[in-house]
Amino acid sequence: MCGIVGLFLKDKSLEPKLGAMLSEMLISLSDRGPDSAGIAIYGAPSKNEAKITIQSAKPARDFRDLDIELAKAIGAPVSIAVKSTHAVVRTAPAKIDEAREAIQALRPDIRIMGAGDVVEIYKEVGLPEAVVDRFDVRKMTGTHGIGHTRMATESAVTTMGAHPFSTGADQCLVHNGSLSNHNNVRRELIREGMKFETENDTEVAAAYLSSQMAHGKNLGEALEGTLSDLDGFFTFVVGTKNGFGVVRDPIACKPAVMAETDQYVAFGSEYRALTKLPGIDNARVWEPEPATVYFWEH
Amino acid sequence: MPATKLSKAAAHDPASRIFDLDVSSLRELNQALHNLTPGSNETAWEVLHPKGSHSVAVGVDQPVSIDVRGSVGYYCGGMNSGSTITVHGSAGPGVGENMMSGSIIVKGDASQYAGATGKGGLLVIEGNASSRCGISMKGIDIVVHGNIGHMSAFMAQSGNLVVLGDAGDALGDSIYEARLFVRGKVDSLGADCIAKEMRPEHLELLQGLLDRAGVTGVKPSEFKRYGSARTLYNFNIDNADAY
Repeated sequence: MCGIVGLFLKDKSLEPKLGAMLSEMLISLSDRGPDSAGIAIYGAPSKNEAKITIQSAKPARDFRDLDIELAKAIGAPVSIAVKSTHAVVRTAPAKIDEAREAIQALRPDIRIMGAGDVVEIYKEVGLPEAVVDRFDVRKMTGTHGIGHTRMATESAVTTMGAHPFSTGADQCLVHNGSLSNHNNVRRELIREGMKFETENDTEVAAAYLSSQMAHGKNLGEALEGTLSDLDGFFTFVVGTKNGFGVVRDPIACKPAVMAETDQYVAFGSEYRALTKLPGIDNARVWEPEPATVYFWEH
Repeated sequence: MPATKLSKAAAHDPASRIFDLDVSSLRELNQALHNLTPGSNETAWEVLHPKGSHSVAVGVDQPVSIDVRGSVGYYCGGMNSGSTITVHGSAGPGVGENMMSGSIIVKGDASQYAGATGKGGLLVIEGNASSRCGISMKGIDIVVHGNIGHMSAFMAQSGNLVVLGDAGDALGDSIYEARLFVRGKVDSLGADCIAKEMRPEHLELLQGLLDRAGVTGVKPSEFKRYGSARTLYNFNIDNADAY
């Protein structure tokens, strides 16, 4: 089944509570997907720092002294904040691509979850509550975020098979459904130069959107493209640096419900994910139409 | 479809048996409802704080009334046999699925496949219903005050679907024998579904359904009737694309 959630804040006063709100939304959908869970949070931008979220199965070994070695390798200051199996590497925005390559050269076992000016991505095998506790997601602040609890259908239950999938700077996507033409689309994207880390169908959808946006489309236009170019069942919820979008395939058998107030726009696979949000009783609540793109930007 | 605000909970009936799902479990509620026997005095029930829970009041088989104060998740009132369930909020997918008799009234909107496979009883949705409303209906009557989504009444076999608003694409795709009455526009008709003549017996039938659903100020003559062209009953190679 999979459960997906998203929250895009309009009211700045809620920003300190983003992690807590998103965590509760995700936990409420635990029984839609017991295999793994993940969350992407868009925090406050910093002028002189960009971030890379990394993951290692052996954090004690891989994260030790990585900041020192990385700073030396790229010739710029680096800081690392470790959270369980994940760590957020911060360095100058101009050095991000170089840092990414250096991390993989220095620690070949490290996996890159995502990178960008604001996004941090945490995902692991296990139930949402365990994942949320492990990474202390409730304390995180931010402007918007998306989350996923996975029932695996198309690929293995692994950390890398968990959502969100991030294939471009500050871009990420969660998916409920299954794509039937992902192998073809993957081949086409590989020909364009995209790289894939898994056999997962959702990674293909994420890469498809990144490719469309790299060709100059905005998020809304890129989402429109999924309706003709991706085949199968999907409800996608996507985040960009300042945007939040939702689209369902034309058959729309995967569930979705949205709520909007003056304070936020929220998405849940089920209404119960939204019940703890402030002012939900007076929110505009609706089911997104099939084959219709919804998106908001700050 | 346009959104409707969730209905505010009305005042509680002092004589009713109250189940607060913040305090009791859903299993306790449904077990208590299943324990009801014919002639029980506990005829009025209230369910508080459903918060989108699944399977609220599923499988009730006594003629009691159940007021659910808030929105429910999947399959509310599924398999209902004889009870009157009112959801003072919106309903998730599969409300009243396989209902046998009795009635379910949803004050807000309903999600996908409302009343699917229902064999009897009346399902009223005062807001809008989503896609596949009345899919494979087998005798249930469904009245939707607002609009319905695409692929509604897909493979419908028996019963009546009344829509005061508009219908989405592929209404009545591969329909067998159900009667569909739509007052607004229909985006498109599915395979083997056609517009049909509204004869006096249909006007009378429709008036009865509108009365039972509490619809006033709307005339049966404002509706169009749709049903099966019956060309898919037997395999015909010329219809291969429509199967």
